[in-house]
Amino acid sequence: MIPPSFDYAAPTTVDEAVSTLRDAGEDAKVIAGGQSLIPLLRMRFAAPSTLVDLGGIDELRHVTEDGDTLVIGSMVTHATVLRDPLVNEHLPLLAKATATVADRQVRHRGTFAGSLAHADPAGDLPAVALVLGAEMEIAGPGGRRTVPAAEFFVDYLQSALAADEVLVAVRVPKQGAWVGAYEKFNRVAQGWALVGVAAMVKRDNGTVSEARVALTNMASTPVRATATEAALAGAGNREAIGAAAARAAEGTRPGDDVSASADYRRHLATVLTKRAVASLV
Amino acid sequence: MTITEEPALEVGSARRRKEDARLITGRTTWTENVSLPGMLHLAILRSPMAHARITSIDVEPARAVKGVVDVFSGRDVADVQGALPCAWPVTADMVHPDRPPIAVDEVRFMGEAVAVVAARSRAAALDAIAAIEVDYESLPIVLDMEEAIADGADLVHADKGTNKGYTWVFDSAEAGTGGDAGAAIDGAEVVIRRRYVQQRLIPAFMEPRSVVVDPTGDVYSIWSATQIPHILRFLISVVTGTPEHKVRVIAPDVGGGFGGKLQVTPEELITFIAARRLGKPVKFTESRSESLLSAHHGRDMIQDLELAARRDGTVLGLRVKLLANMGAYMGLVGPGVPILGAFMYNAIYKFPAYRFECVGVFTNTTITDAYRGAGRPEATYAIERLMDELADELGLDPLEVRRRNWINADEFPFTTVCGLQYDSGDYAKATDRALELFGYAELRQEQQARRDTGDSVQLGIGISTYTEMCGLAPSRVLGSLRYGAGGWETASIRVLPTGRVEVVTGTSPHGQGHETAWSQIVADQLGVAFDDVEVLHGDTRTSYKGLDTYGSRSLAVGGVALYNACQKVIEKAKPIAAHMLECDPADLEFTGGQFRVRGNPDGGRTLADCSLAVFAAHDLPDGIEPTLDADAVYDPVNFSFPHGTHLCATEVDTETGRVTIRKYVAVDDVGRVINPLIVEGQVHGGVAQGIAQALFEEAIYDADGNLMTGTFVDYTLPTAADLPSIVTDRTESPAPDHPLGTKGVGEAGTIASTPAVVNAIVDALRPMGVHDIAMPCTPERVWRAVQGGAA
Repeated sequence: MIPPSFDYAAPTTVDEAVSTLRDAGEDAKVIAGGQSLIPLLRMRFAAPSTLVDLGGIDELRHVTEDGDTLVIGSMVTHATVLRDPLVNEHLPLLAKATATVADRQVRHRGTFAGSLAHADPAGDLPAVALVLGAEMEIAGPGGRRTVPAAEFFVDYLQSALAADEVLVAVRVPKQGAWVGAYEKFNRVAQGWALVGVAAMVKRDNGTVSEARVALTNMASTPVRATATEAALAGAGNREAIGAAAARAAEGTRPGDDVSASADYRRHLATVLTKRAVASLV
Repeated sequence: MTITEEPALEVGSARRRKEDARLITGRTTWTENVSLPGMLHLAILRSPMAHARITSIDVEPARAVKGVVDVFSGRDVADVQGALPCAWPVTADMVHPDRPPIAVDEVRFMGEAVAVVAARSRAAALDAIAAIEVDYESLPIVLDMEEAIADGADLVHADKGTNKGYTWVFDSAEAGTGGDAGAAIDGAEVVIRRRYVQQRLIPAFMEPRSVVVDPTGDVYSIWSATQIPHILRFLISVVTGTPEHKVRVIAPDVGGGFGGKLQVTPEELITFIAARRLGKPVKFTESRSESLLSAHHGRDMIQDLELAARRDGTVLGLRVKLLANMGAYMGLVGPGVPILGAFMYNAIYKFPAYRFECVGVFTNTTITDAYRGAGRPEATYAIERLMDELADELGLDPLEVRRRNWINADEFPFTTVCGLQYDSGDYAKATDRALELFGYAELRQEQQARRDTGDSVQLGIGISTYTEMCGLAPSRVLGSLRYGAGGWETASIRVLPTGRVEVVTGTSPHGQGHETAWSQIVADQLGVAFDDVEVLHGDTRTSYKGLDTYGSRSLAVGGVALYNACQKVIEKAKPIAAHMLECDPADLEFTGGQFRVRGNPDGGRTLADCSLAVFAAHDLPDGIEPTLDADAVYDPVNFSFPHGTHLCATEVDTETGRVTIRKYVAVDDVGRVINPLIVEGQVHGGVAQGIAQALFEEAIYDADGNLMTGTFVDYTLPTAADLPSIVTDRTESPAPDHPLGTKGVGEAGTIASTPAVVNAIVDALRPMGVHDIAMPCTPERVWRAVQGGAA
């Protein structure tokens, strides 16, 4: 289909983007890679008055190092993440998970920050951002603020971004001693995850000393599997990991739809958690 | 002594396809690329309801949208829009409700056209349909086939008094082709009773449907992304009352069909009506969502099966009770799809008794119609699953059960329990070759080892020994089955003055590679270079006669017409060459593109020598017509019966239910092969679509009749990343009825592969008590089977 008509703005600085958004009012939308928004426009599920394209803002296209943190600009595509040496050295989990996102065409257009701002719980990277402890750097009319991932995902397709704010960059702490895995389960290769599990552990002599587990598509936002995380502390063998993973779906509220039932999704969450953690220990 | 080297034969060589450069780059004419001066664009408002009365419709607000030229509803064109044709009324009393292109008073499935906007741009047309105001009064919905045929069911067509479209029966005892299936079942030592459901599928061709109608010339010119330009021309003429010679249909390059473009569509008629009404060229191109929703679907049958056998594995008879979902109306050939399958339930086996009963059922869903294999995949699935179930019941190897029942190579031609005469084949040879490529014994060993260790990933092996009837078809047989058209095909050859050759074919390729294969045939027969042949198709002005492309018929029928036309050209050229060589035509032979006096390799005359002589016509023998052009029409004497053995090994992750195809071997016998590369491509694509039915695809309606799988997010069409490497090989049993020896290959892979995959999954899980899994075998369904089976 063809989208309904809209105005188009192509600012070249973040300040200009923010002022354009403010002036355009509530029905304006920011577009980065467009891989979520354009399908919504084409299906006529969304009809924004103005699109504010971040593609012309060069400063958003870089991955930089800031001490123990990598700063990933909001126009950095998945493809750039995949080949970026800093990401590969310091955030191997992000690279692994990004490789499972959609297909090659989408990865060349879509951006890391865009997939977080879209706040789709079925997206792979929100759960990854949670376990990595990422922080969102946001610019608005009142200046800049930082929101941790844990507070950023508010509800289904709803983030903490206000209508006149722009996600400028994602600040991600280097993994350091943490090792990570992302287990994704989908029907077809470029499909959304029925369930995904992002896991990070710190190891101590063959046992888990600390764990973070977050789940894709198990609620209206990405969620931490806190019961599993607690039970994993000290786990060192398959049985202990399995017992901890069996609690992965506690407190989740997965969807029930043509792709999978809620029961099956809960079951998958436990199996995938077991596999993700076992691969790290 | 002169040594003349015979040029290498084109037939049998794996030529890269000459049409691919333009098809792959898109630098060609797709219907959507057609742009004419003053052309308007259509958008169609579709019903959001599965069954409702249209109580009011107000198109006026849409007229106010900028760029809109015309808006009309079904009511506005009720007297002139005609009705969509059905070419296959399978019984004399078949219920055939009128289907107007645009609904007038009532909508009967979600997606049915309700109103139309013509505008100066597609965007304006789409904006305007949102402004049309329609009030609906909902009516009871019928979705389930068994509920639909129960007494007192709500009706899709109230005036017809029933949801049963037809009942069609074949009984071998009544037909005199075999025994009484009921008696065989009643007296049998073993009876396998199963219900299999052929889920609804969506053909999902790559190029969405598109049509352009230009009424401004002396004739109506219609471009359409169709498989059937000739049938479309005839039926547009009949339905709209336009004289046939005033209708020209062009199927330019067409991006796939799989049967999904074997249809006369509402959209084609709507575009015609709009163009006629407005006197301007008009284009309609559907979106992918519209395509999934409203282009015809396929399969959707419920099969109740009873297979009778002796304890030694000898099959004694089969009874099939079939419910076939027609959707809300009868499609062009939809009613006949199950009937094409009726003759294939006995497959490669020689059991003596068979009964088949099919009820075509109306429901409030999109119509179903031909989809790759059309009836034959469903039949093959049923019998190949049953043979595995029989083997399990008897504790025999599934291959052994097949061997005990199949037709042996020395028994061809073989008359089946349906009365068909299978032409040629060697099932043992194809099976032996498949086993060799597969490593059957090793995989069975690994399967046992995984069972012994209780591996969470279990291995299964699936077998499908299939045949099918294609090369549609002998016209008399089609007539006896009440099909509206014949089954012949035509070819014309024009030898140009310089000896280059133009071929006009009545087939209508939409991805098959006819230009390449046809060129190879002509190159060998006429001794011209492959690149010196141009194949013209798909425009009824150049190719005025033909029956188009479906049912794996183009090469098996159209190829023979082409071969025969080549022989006519040679016969025409012979007296001319003899005149030039000053000899008796009877003394000439034609080899390697040269007419030579028999026994004298020197001083021959080529076809180009003859064509130039004909062009000048200065010195021809008396009474010779100055042309080498020739036409041929071939009506096949029989169907073609390709066969083969497909073997599939699946790994089943019992923790998640994920099925991974570990190895897939396809050994097909499609008779003589013109181009092995094209054949391999057909097998790969066919197998992919068969695997898709087994594992991935299903069109799902919710209780309100909404299509829940209306985008590729939910309709999980597999891509290359989801499919295994396929090992292919061939055996070759030439078709005995015609000199080319070719059989059809377009549908074989689809027909063969679905049961191979599901048999493999069930085989992996049999120790857990699993005997069946509904298709598609999604991870969740497999996981649930493991849970249920193990409990």
